Amino acid sequence: MLPGVSLAVRRGIVTGLLGPSGSGKTTLMRSIVGVQIVQSGDVEVLGLTAGTAELRRRVAYVTQAPSVYGDLTVRENLDYFARVLDAPSERIDETIAAVGLEPQQSLLNRNLSGGERSRASLAVALLGEPDVLVLDEPTVGLDPVLRRDLWAQFRSLAAQGKTLLVSTHVMDEADRCDELVLLRDGQIVATGSPAALREQTETDDLEAAFLALAEGS
Amino acid sequence: MSPRVTLATAVRVARQLRRDHRTLALILVVPPALLTLFKYVFENQPETFARIGAPLVGLFPLVMMFLITSIAMLRERTTGTLERLMSMPLAKPDLLFGYGVAFAFVAAVQASVTGAVAFGLLDVPTAGPVWGVVALAIANAVLGMALGLFLSAFSTSEFQAVQFMPAFIFPQLLLSGLFIPRDQMPEVLERISDFLPFTYAYEALAKVAADDIDARFWFDVAVVIGCIVLALVLGALTLRRRTP
Repeated sequence: MLPGVSLAVRRGIVTGLLGPSGSGKTTLMRSIVGVQIVQSGDVEVLGLTAGTAELRRRVAYVTQAPSVYGDLTVRENLDYFARVLDAPSERIDETIAAVGLEPQQSLLNRNLSGGERSRASLAVALLGEPDVLVLDEPTVGLDPVLRRDLWAQFRSLAAQGKTLLVSTHVMDEADRCDELVLLRDGQIVATGSPAALREQTETDDLEAAFLALAEGS
Repeated sequence: MSPRVTLATAVRVARQLRRDHRTLALILVVPPALLTLFKYVFENQPETFARIGAPLVGLFPLVMMFLITSIAMLRERTTGTLERLMSMPLAKPDLLFGYGVAFAFVAAVQASVTGAVAFGLLDVPTAGPVWGVVALAIANAVLGMALGLFLSAFSTSEFQAVQFMPAFIFPQLLLSGLFIPRDQMPEVLERISDFLPFTYAYEALAKVAADDIDARFWFDVAVVIGCIVLALVLGALTLRRRTP
């Protein structure tokens, strides 16, 4: 799937993963989390082989489609996952507040809007205070205010020394990352800070830089 | 494995089931209703009803828990919650035993209600103790759960999962000896039935109903327990941390 991808993600920063649909973003993220069967090659996270038991406490993953129980309330979902992660029960209130779901916490997940459900799924990932957060398009379907607030949280998590890997399609989000990785057909076509990528493609606009690199011109 | 996670899983599964009032009502109402139907269908053959009445009380939980677990586990697989759990510090037995505890509890309630109707209202005859029938019903429910869990790995949609009922359950019911004693079946079918878990589940129930507790009864119980363990191990093998 990803021939010859070699990549090091630095700790304590937000790395953005960009690339057209089908370029291998999700496969790369799943390999890092350790849920993808890797044919060959090494994936290491925090100095350990990806997917080892110890990392299951320290790495959290949010899939594109929200993976929460539709027939439980937001709070019941968090209550269950908090017990699995052995997170203190105060974390439930903290994460509900962090994703702004206080008014919806007693509603069944299946009755939430798409954006609310993604936030419930994100809240589960935040419960265990992981060192590494892998987020597959976490802000799809969210309104601009929520997107801004979530990105402020991502920044503050990185400032606390957490490592974030976020895939996105939205260029103003890419601009908020410290480092960007551009994938195309399972290959890395460019890496660098947003400013460096603009410079490399001689554009002022990240979208133009992305198009130039993604189309290989 | 951790008791905390196992218990949390059992509570979560029970909560999901409690939310679904219609399913709960069906679990509790359908077995007594079917048993009542059997009684009147066999009104002119009371000896047949006497033979299959008590075993039916103990076989309903097997069939229903099989179906419910297949669908519940299929949902875990298709909605991504299973993948999420597999990326967390949760041991596979935590998930399996969590489901087992929750469904055994539901089966205990179901078998008690069905037993109360059968032995209290419908005068289903049993020479052996009623609690023996209820205990076997719970064991059978766990067997149904374990089989459903394992077979759910082979379906990718709820349509397919439901089809396992006629494909997997009906033949076993037919061959178990419930409808026709096994020694009156063609030799080939009798030999096949030797390898099916329902055969032993039915025989154990029939022996309790006849108060015929002998070595063969304990052998039947041992086979049922063995099948539960085997299905759970096979089920655990279908829970993969890594998928393509």
